[in-house]
Amino acid sequence: MAVFQPFDKLPVLNSATLLLVGSDRGLQQELAKAMLQEKKSFKISIHLATSLPLPSEGDHLRPRIDLIVFMIDVKTKYSLKNVEASLAHVAASFFLGKVCFLVTGVGRVNYCSVEMSSIWKLGEVYCSPVLYCELELERTRVATAQRLLRMLQICAGHVPGVSALTFNFMLRNSY
Amino acid sequence: GVVLRPFLVMESLDGAARTLPSIGRLSWGLPFGRAHGRCGLSPSGGLLLQKNLDSQAVAFLLRKRWALYSVTPLYKFSSAHLKAYAKLLSAYIAAEKQNGLAVEVGVELDIKVAISCLPDLKGSEQDEAAVLVQLSLRPQASQKKSEEKVVWSGWFCSVCGDDLSKNMPADFTCLPVFLANGAESYTSIVGSWFQKMFDCCFHHLAISPLNLSWMAAMWTGCKLEENASAMELVFSVPSLPQSLDISYAIHAEDAKALWDTVQKTPGEITQEEVDVFMDCLYSHFHRHFKIHLSATKLVKVSTAVASAHCDGIIKLGLSRQYFIAAFQRKLLTLALGQK
Repeated sequence: MAVFQPFDKLPVLNSATLLLVGSDRGLQQELAKAMLQEKKSFKISIHLATSLPLPSEGDHLRPRIDLIVFMIDVKTKYSLKNVEASLAHVAASFFLGKVCFLVTGVGRVNYCSVEMSSIWKLGEVYCSPVLYCELELERTRVATAQRLLRMLQICAGHVPGVSALTFNFMLRNSY
Repeated sequence: GVVLRPFLVMESLDGAARTLPSIGRLSWGLPFGRAHGRCGLSPSGGLLLQKNLDSQAVAFLLRKRWALYSVTPLYKFSSAHLKAYAKLLSAYIAAEKQNGLAVEVGVELDIKVAISCLPDLKGSEQDEAAVLVQLSLRPQASQKKSEEKVVWSGWFCSVCGDDLSKNMPADFTCLPVFLANGAESYTSIVGSWFQKMFDCCFHHLAISPLNLSWMAAMWTGCKLEENASAMELVFSVPSLPQSLDISYAIHAEDAKALWDTVQKTPGEITQEEVDVFMDCLYSHFHRHFKIHLSATKLVKVSTAVASAHCDGIIKLGLSRQYFIAAFQRKLLTLALGQK
């Protein structure tokens, strides 16, 4: 089984790479667009994948991934199962601050197909923050994009004095 | 009695499910965000209901489509004054029909209102008796012999909310579930009268796919009659240009056999068991049609016992003995959860 490593490649100067993993391509692209439209002081590239592992052919072309965002849609149970299956292909050292779970569809209780506690438990088990949002609303999408950019900046080591791990620790303690 | 674990239980970190001992500690917050799981009702409380159900009193509840609403507690409602309420309500309806013209209270009006208690629909002694509201058209003078026709009916109920009634402040009556059958215009008139009279608030109660799957499992587990109709699950496929519905029917006995292998303690349903049950059905479907039903939205569940639609419409089947307290308690939990 191909395991995805966080530090097997060298970083590129003043740039950061985000990997979005989720079963809903539409939402993924919307979010990626929102992130690209934001003003930023560094170069970003966003990679989209429906599930892990990533194909090994393109491996040598892929830059170092600084942050993996797993997208879960509370409206479909499949999105959660997909994320759970993908998590097995991520190296343990990634979970030292370089992974987060993004839960969308929040606020649509009547469409809920996923038990919220199972998502919360996922965050606990994998020691990673869980962010809740509604990507179908433009304002929350923009806010989420800004939030992820800031996290990416920290995870790529562009913020002096704050490492991914400290940030992760702070974020999870604030719950 | 049968102990039914409510569908939403607090999950502690180690994965063990536990129910909170008292509904007084029900979390009223948003079910999302930081709240990591919602709590349910205490599973205590016998099922007085089942032995009382032989009476004809509840026969009218069966085989009808009921729209679900949740209701906040009624202020200064007293079951001793039901007759007076009926008079006021019928005058209110007449006034509404005449666009607000004043109507004398107490005279014979076109629409007759009857408000009564349904003491049979109680889960425990502490529960408030269910309240039934019926609107019927008075027969025309020309056809005197014809019977009054019920055009609309609705009932309030609270089942197994022992702690709920204990923790209610004085002057408040808690009947959190309201079910209506008939024209929606009547529902809104009656609703607005109750709103004005008792300072309560009605909300349409939709049923999420998660809760629908819970109901599917619960009804599957009920004892079967001969030739019970098949269980049918209807799924809608999201984000397609045309709407596409998938209907998945399973023989009742097959579904029951599957559920019996999944359920660990008879009479108790846990969320994990429901998940396993649905996953089995989904993977069977996937094997044949290569479609992940888990990626679609469950919109309707119908079984011989009852059927429920995600829009908050339920229909109770023939078998009266399964007009279960458990089901009502489920609705209660739903009604309380939606704030």
